[in-house]
Amino acid sequence: MTKVTMTVNGVSVSRDVGGNTLLSAFLREDLRLTGTHIGCDTSQCGACLVHVDGVAVKSCTMFAAEAEGADVATIEGQANEDGSLNVIQQAFQDHHGLQCGFCTPGMVMTTAALLKENPKPSEAEVRAYLEGNICRCTGYHNIVKAVLAASGQDVSSIAAE
Amino acid sequence: MYAFDIERPTTVAEAVAALTGEAQALSGGQTLIPTLKARLASPSKLVSLSGISEMKGLCASDGVLTIGGATCHADVAADGTFKALSELAAHIGDPAVRNRGTIGGSIANNDPAACYPAAVLGAGATVVTNRREIAADDFFQGMFETALDDGELVIAVKFPIPEAANYQKFVQPASRFALVGVFVAKTSEGVRVAVTGASNEGVFRWREAEAALSADFSAAALDGLTVAADDMIADLHGSSEYRAHLVKVMTQRAVKAAA
Amino acid sequence: MPKDDGIGAATLRREDVRFLTGAGQYTDDIQASGEAVAVFARSNVANGVIKSIDTSQAAAMPGVLAIFTGEDFTEVGGNPAGWLINSRDGTPMHEPKRPVLAHGKVRHVGDAYAAVIAETKAQAMDAIEAIEADIEELPAVVNMKEALAGDTFVHDEIGTNQCFDWGWIEDNRAATDAAIKGAHHVTKLELVNNRLVPNAMEPRSSRAEYHRGNDEYILHTTSQNPHLTRLLISAFVLGIPENKLTVIAPDVGGGFGSKIYHYGEEALVLAAAKKLNRPVTWTADRTEAFLTDAHGRDHVTTIELALDKEGNFLAFRTETLANVGAYLSNFSTATPTFLHGTLMAGNYTVPNVYVNVKAVFTNTAPVDAYRGAGRPEATYSLERVIDMAAREMGMDPIALRRKNFIKSDQYPFASAAGLEYDSGNYDALMDKMESVADIAGFAARRKESEAKGLLRGFGVNAYIEACGIAPSNLVGVLGSRVGLYDAATVRVNATGNISVMVGAHSHGQGHETAFPQVVADMLGIDATSIDIVHGDTSKIPFGMGTYGSRSLAVCGSAVVRATEKVITKAKKIAAHMLEVTDQDISFEDGIFSAIGTNKTVPFGEVALKAYIPHDFPLDQIEPGLEETAFYDPANFTYPSGAYCCEVEVDPETGKVRVDRFAAVDDFGNVINPMIVTGQVHGGLGQGIGQALLENTTYDEDGQLLSASYMDYTMPRADDLPFFKVDHSQGTPCTHNPLGVKGCGEAGAIGSPPTVINAVIDALQSGGKNVTHIDMPVTPHRVWTAMQNA
Repeated sequence: MTKVTMTVNGVSVSRDVGGNTLLSAFLREDLRLTGTHIGCDTSQCGACLVHVDGVAVKSCTMFAAEAEGADVATIEGQANEDGSLNVIQQAFQDHHGLQCGFCTPGMVMTTAALLKENPKPSEAEVRAYLEGNICRCTGYHNIVKAVLAASGQDVSSIAAE
Repeated sequence: MYAFDIERPTTVAEAVAALTGEAQALSGGQTLIPTLKARLASPSKLVSLSGISEMKGLCASDGVLTIGGATCHADVAADGTFKALSELAAHIGDPAVRNRGTIGGSIANNDPAACYPAAVLGAGATVVTNRREIAADDFFQGMFETALDDGELVIAVKFPIPEAANYQKFVQPASRFALVGVFVAKTSEGVRVAVTGASNEGVFRWREAEAALSADFSAAALDGLTVAADDMIADLHGSSEYRAHLVKVMTQRAVKAAA
Repeated sequence: MPKDDGIGAATLRREDVRFLTGAGQYTDDIQASGEAVAVFARSNVANGVIKSIDTSQAAAMPGVLAIFTGEDFTEVGGNPAGWLINSRDGTPMHEPKRPVLAHGKVRHVGDAYAAVIAETKAQAMDAIEAIEADIEELPAVVNMKEALAGDTFVHDEIGTNQCFDWGWIEDNRAATDAAIKGAHHVTKLELVNNRLVPNAMEPRSSRAEYHRGNDEYILHTTSQNPHLTRLLISAFVLGIPENKLTVIAPDVGGGFGSKIYHYGEEALVLAAAKKLNRPVTWTADRTEAFLTDAHGRDHVTTIELALDKEGNFLAFRTETLANVGAYLSNFSTATPTFLHGTLMAGNYTVPNVYVNVKAVFTNTAPVDAYRGAGRPEATYSLERVIDMAAREMGMDPIALRRKNFIKSDQYPFASAAGLEYDSGNYDALMDKMESVADIAGFAARRKESEAKGLLRGFGVNAYIEACGIAPSNLVGVLGSRVGLYDAATVRVNATGNISVMVGAHSHGQGHETAFPQVVADMLGIDATSIDIVHGDTSKIPFGMGTYGSRSLAVCGSAVVRATEKVITKAKKIAAHMLEVTDQDISFEDGIFSAIGTNKTVPFGEVALKAYIPHDFPLDQIEPGLEETAFYDPANFTYPSGAYCCEVEVDPETGKVRVDRFAAVDDFGNVINPMIVTGQVHGGLGQGIGQALLENTTYDEDGQLLSASYMDYTMPRADDLPFFKVDHSQGTPCTHNPLGVKGCGEAGAIGSPPTVINAVIDALQSGGKNVTHIDMPVTPHRVWTAMQNA
């Protein structure tokens, strides 16, 4: 066992973990932050996506021990301080960018990373950036629309129906 | 996963010292961790390279771009000094993978469908290890095989920046690895063409194309050439004939884009 | 009544808030101390005899609590098929037992033959590796044609790999044959409807508790219909009394059919929880999901279309081999028969239809209903052969379809495949599609593509499906062993807010938002004071779950009926309060009024009165305000649509890109257009995925080659365009109270032939004589077809 200490959603946490403990398992099982989901074994679906030191990382493909000292952000820490949905979350609700909700935490976290890098992405840039996040429900239409809306772009010309 | 310990050295020397017995180096882990999850490897210990600052970063001087072995794809993508290489890095995996995966990890693994081996071989780069420097032509030794010995780490890769270069990747639609990827580099000493994804032998140089392009750096120079399908990979995503065909198509596109 | 959350409003989904903040609670999220973990030992051969299983070494390993093998379940029942199909000769289908754990033989890669329960997952996995199983590998049965011809059997006791040989409608066979024989033109096409893995993003997961004090079990599981799961476990598999078993499907991360069924893992964790007297959990990893979730489609079909010289359809004749895999999953026998054969008249007035389906056992994972279930297979066969016929006869594909459409004044229409369509207007859908899609601009777009060296193709499709599954009396005649009604309870609480307990389960469909819109509209109260309760057999009256685009048409109708009963009862109470007779009460916008007076009482006061009945005439009015209704539909519903798309094909690489897609659907009335549009989008994503990307590949030894996202191509954001979706041309269903038809499957049904028709059009525009390519039309397949053309 190794002792790891990191900041998760602004709170310092410290636990003893095995060398083979994935960051995703650490979040879900040790911290009970179950908004980070596991949808595959091959680092492709993106349901487990979190931010480590400000960049997008698949938490199922990183060991907890490697996040020693890191600043980790998960879906549970994304809402505004008053508990209301942040701009990205609100855009996903406004544009029906989720259905079953399982991929949604990863989608929201990926969107946050994208808009940090590229505040006004084009449709093609959004689709390319979402390459590592699989959704089986939406056909991505409303996800892409929600991301564009979250960036402050006018999406009224994108067919609502 | 089987149980193992993990160490996080902060210097190359510590990392090398830790790599004893059944210990294995962990770079970005984007291939190794899924392998461990499937219980296809059972190291006694992982030695993480992610805390070694001397293995990270890019540095250009005298027409050579040196990239630390533990530099992640996103950092190479953002650099732009060697445009074709940055574009290649920008299309490996997905954004999150690019934030973890490293050039050293990629070439040490030498997946036959990985992108970086094509760039290293195509640009005629030199692999710097903790023991020696290895020319790209000597480094890649077939699918998942390299010249690296036990305990030898990729500290850096030195890329001579070509006059013109381009990488064209036709993706395997599921994994988004290269079904066929071709790196073309035009240098003062001639043209190099390296192909990934296609061959059972891993990344390789297409010598006939190099000769033709060295004489005439245009897509049309390849019109008369064909690629033998004999050694090409055949799987559920494409026959060997299809891969052989794509090698030529992607090479021509790379030449057009580079010119 | 605020119009922004009643019927027809695009009300934002209330469930989104928990999903967007990480507060959803899926089965694997429910973690308690003292849980033990189950891991399964799964066969790595497709067909083998279990000679022996030695668990002694495994049992002694650290943390191991119990080990189960097939021997432990020989005294309990098997997981049954829910639908009896009789063969053409009158004999019933073959129904081999599907045990909790394989016993005697393993029959597909992934077939579980043992399970280890341990303190941790790692310990259980270690013990799995220590189980010594002597399994003698036998030749595998994989290809359906070889399965029918060969003498290796998936189930030796049956002595054949043919599950049944079904004819629909057998009495129409001779007339269909004659029509084809005498026709001016016959177009014949052999095609494959590719095998798919549903791939809900949440892997299956189950968690069982046993409470010794009262001999009760609680099963949390990833289910689309917890009551059916309970029924199957109780009545067929473990024999736990229904009143001792609670099944809870909490938040479920997508289903698409794969979570309709009961699976052996659910029975195993229940048995283990009782044996160990502690909670036992199991969650599939993705590879396990690929190996063991029920797959979809997998038909090999020969279809013939006979036409007269004007292009009138004379007959469709279909012969299909349908793969059912190694065991019969719960709906697997209904999918290729009554959800497929009955749709083989399509949207057309064709007089003769005959369908023959042979279901085939193979050493592969069970195959069952996946989004669309039978109807995508029917639509694909029909709409491909029609397109091919149009080309062969030099006719415009849209005109040929229009020529044979059932006309809007012909409803109700008795189709040649045995269904009675209640409403529709296929020409109106086609009209709308032509305008939405800007077909007039196609020629210019084709030129632009050609300038880039790309081939552009246009494809069209018309579909009809049978949804709102289903009338019990009809399906009973057809072989169903269950009724397919649904149920709802509307509980008006004393303080006026409402809980609606529904049998339909929501795992992405937005029931928690849409169902309150219906109740709010009827009661004239704010939808936010109405909550939906679903997924818990201890809380809801009963239910047959969510599949077959049935939730609103069937369960929604039960909600309407229960709400009507509430209004009737509330009127009695209001009459008592206003001192008039029941007949003198009117109810509008949440206000009860005594007709002809100015006396009124709002709904909330009536609700409160119902629970404070100090002055009730108890011989006339019971206290309380809660009503339950079961609704059994009179017919299927018949959504229909007209779809088109444009693709670009790169002739050098064979890569196909969908550039534009328009879907015009008739869903009848629409409760929440935002949710309906989203459902269509999702169906399109899966249908385009089937057409271009997805394939489930077993090798000749029965090894699954596409067992992860490294080899099974899931559609990603950059594989798909923005879609144009329209549902303005609805013709209400005539037999349910909401006039709704169902929208969940449409996109997956209508899109595959649309895409393939467009690809063929593109290739032909490039001078390539390619008439058909089997799905998925991967770059490799397109290139190969072009090489061979």
